[in-house]
Amino acid sequence: MGEEIKVIVFKLGQEEYGIEVDKVQTIERMMPITRVPKTFSFVKGVINLRGVVIPVIDLRGRFGLPEAEHSDQTRIIIVAANEMEVGFIVDSANDVIDLNSDSIDSPPDVVGGVKAKYLQGVARLSDERLLVMLNLSEVLNRSEIIQLESLEG
Amino acid sequence: MDMNQYLSMFIDESNDHLQSLNENMLELENRPDDLGIVQVIFRSAHTLKGMAATMGFEDLSSLTHQMENVLDLVRNDKLKMQDFIFDTLFQSLDALQSMVQDITQGGEGKEDVSSIVASLQSIVRGDIAPSGQQSGAKAADKASSASGAAIRLDEFQYSVLEQSITEGHKVMYIEVAVREDCQLKAARAYLVFDLLERYGEIVKSHPSVQEIEQEQFDRSFSLYYITQKEAAELQGMIMNLSEIDSAQVALLDHETLSQLDSGIKEASVAVEAAEPTANNAEKPAAGSKAAKPEEGKTSARPSAVSAAPSRTIRVDIDRLDVLMNLFSELLIDRSRLEQLAYEVKRSDLTETVEHMSRVSSDLQNIVLKLRMVQIDSVFNRFPRMIRDLAKSLDKKIDLIIVGAETELDRTVIDEIGDPLVHLLRNAVDHGVEPLEERIAAGKPETGTVELRAFHSGNHVFIEIEDDGHGIDRDKVLAKALKNGVVTESEASTLTDEQVFMLLFAPGFSTAEVISDISGRGVGLDVVKTKIESLSGVVSVDSKLGKGTKFSVQLPLTLSIISAMLIKVGSEKYAIPLSSIVETGLIRREQIRKVHGYTMIPYRDSHIPLMSLAELFDVRDFDEKSEEETEIVVVRKGDRLAALTVEDFIGQNEIVIKNLGKYLPPVQGVAGATILGDGQVALIIDPNAFIK
Repeated sequence: MGEEIKVIVFKLGQEEYGIEVDKVQTIERMMPITRVPKTFSFVKGVINLRGVVIPVIDLRGRFGLPEAEHSDQTRIIIVAANEMEVGFIVDSANDVIDLNSDSIDSPPDVVGGVKAKYLQGVARLSDERLLVMLNLSEVLNRSEIIQLESLEG
Repeated sequence: MDMNQYLSMFIDESNDHLQSLNENMLELENRPDDLGIVQVIFRSAHTLKGMAATMGFEDLSSLTHQMENVLDLVRNDKLKMQDFIFDTLFQSLDALQSMVQDITQGGEGKEDVSSIVASLQSIVRGDIAPSGQQSGAKAADKASSASGAAIRLDEFQYSVLEQSITEGHKVMYIEVAVREDCQLKAARAYLVFDLLERYGEIVKSHPSVQEIEQEQFDRSFSLYYITQKEAAELQGMIMNLSEIDSAQVALLDHETLSQLDSGIKEASVAVEAAEPTANNAEKPAAGSKAAKPEEGKTSARPSAVSAAPSRTIRVDIDRLDVLMNLFSELLIDRSRLEQLAYEVKRSDLTETVEHMSRVSSDLQNIVLKLRMVQIDSVFNRFPRMIRDLAKSLDKKIDLIIVGAETELDRTVIDEIGDPLVHLLRNAVDHGVEPLEERIAAGKPETGTVELRAFHSGNHVFIEIEDDGHGIDRDKVLAKALKNGVVTESEASTLTDEQVFMLLFAPGFSTAEVISDISGRGVGLDVVKTKIESLSGVVSVDSKLGKGTKFSVQLPLTLSIISAMLIKVGSEKYAIPLSSIVETGLIRREQIRKVHGYTMIPYRDSHIPLMSLAELFDVRDFDEKSEEETEIVVVRKGDRLAALTVEDFIGQNEIVIKNLGKYLPPVQGVAGATILGDGQVALIIDPNAFIK
């Protein structure tokens, strides 16, 4: 039997993604971001979250999707994993759902342009609603960033 | 009983005691005839044994017990300290240290010490006659205890008591009897001792503390005690403890003391070699105080020590960090308030905010002070290290430590140990030359390594100077050329100082023979990296044949700094004030191009000019459109450079925060800080721009 998990649902474009609730610290509205020079284009900079400086990345950019204009729906999801705190800029975040871990299938190779290794699986919520579960530790994997760095550099 | 809550205290105190044991052993090695030091060592060892036994660390306590046996013989003049005894004792200390280490890491503190125990025992046995005598004495002592209260004071204790009376302390003779039906006599006795030690000093007890701990007493015990309390009050307090049958407290003056003492002396002439001093003043505070040799002397006079109870408390480091973080938040709010008050322009608000600013600056000083630790806590392990090193290398070396009381931020203290170990090993191994070479060079046989720490401005300097053969410039250069660290053409232009700095280049090692002490070629560059990560600078100065001096410059604190806030386009940055030489204005036509570098005239020379907007890709500012540009002249060591900025905002105290673990290090950015308006500003590391 699978266990019940709570999942935060957010959107990038039309696609819906999920992150387990215990990995998410808070969800914030857009706030001033201080640019950090000489870093990757998807790193938007750092924010002041109640006295703590936290780097913010554009999740679209991280997945190689075209970046979008920020709207009043845009949110920053602060996640904590691998002993790091990072903010994700997403198009919107407005749902928390219960999910049975049995209903998560292994992901297809590419979902909405996002590589499978960043994904944990796909959950079928209803006939027309799919939820893509993110593999956070892979999204935050720093060794890959360092590789990117050497490519860009 | 759950001992876990006492574990951290046990570990702290054990480390203190081990440290003081180490230091005093070294001291004793220099002055083997000073029995005062032996007393101090014995007391530390005894306390350690007691604590270990209480906590149930059998191996630890049994090894200390064996050490105690040896020390006991020494302090009773039945055994002369000799080299091999020192070595064995040092070995035991090492074993103890590793046990405590093991306990710290959650282990049981178990270790096979049978060989050390055997050699300790053989030392004790090597003196069969005295030890036999001693047990005889013990027996005699016990016999005398049957005859009633008999505490024989030795000359030293007698003089302590006399002096205390002269100085106006109350000296008492106390006899306590526990009830006949008492189950745990030793525990009751311990309670009495504990109570008494809270208010004064026990000079001598009968039976001895050891015997009382092992319940080797009948019903009563007696002791000499120095205090400020009234006799009646003490009696009341002792009687308040449960299962105490009677307590008699007699106040002594010079006369009664001498009467009592001589009376006992007559009664116990037979027990000439009786039990040694059982000065049970083993309060942890006294133990750690004894850590310093000069204070070790004062602790030889218990009355002086007891007069000043310890005024320090141990605080969990995490709590200090929390305090620091909270205070940082407060500072951010303060900046915000200052800004608001400035905008609102109401005089009473401004006044209040100004007052708050002053109070919080004072608070800041105190909070920062709390985090300051004497560098002694790093230095104190070096004498032992140097001794062992010198021994293994067959050199004679004096380590002179100056300024051990210099204070540094805890974060720096934690990190600075390893680099210093490295530099010291370096000085001993490569610096000070072997005996024959020293004699041939007409130097004294014993080399000196001096370790100095001192404050200067906002920095702490640590210098390590040896009187060895110095650095051979040509050798270093040859090696650097061979290893490809520099090219021929570069080599010819280098100054001495630059050549010496090559030692810090990665993969550089001049030692012809690789020893296990230093010279793996991974040494000095690691030292340099570490020190630079602490925002410090390391430099080296050397005279061939005279010696070498490494000097390390470190900032006092790493968490709050003064900085100049500047603006470039819509972005704000902070530049640490410590690296700013001055600010100024230059006109466009002053800027020259030299060899592709942009230079400006500054004082009598030219210095490179860099555009911050260009370095950081700031899009909404370009100084090229300006007639006059603001510049900040920054410094790294002797080298200067100018940075162009759009505007100066002002000077501020800023709290350094890191950028989060996720981001890789960004060149030229040392961290971030939160400004009064809640925005994050990056802190510029000017060192990165000066090559």
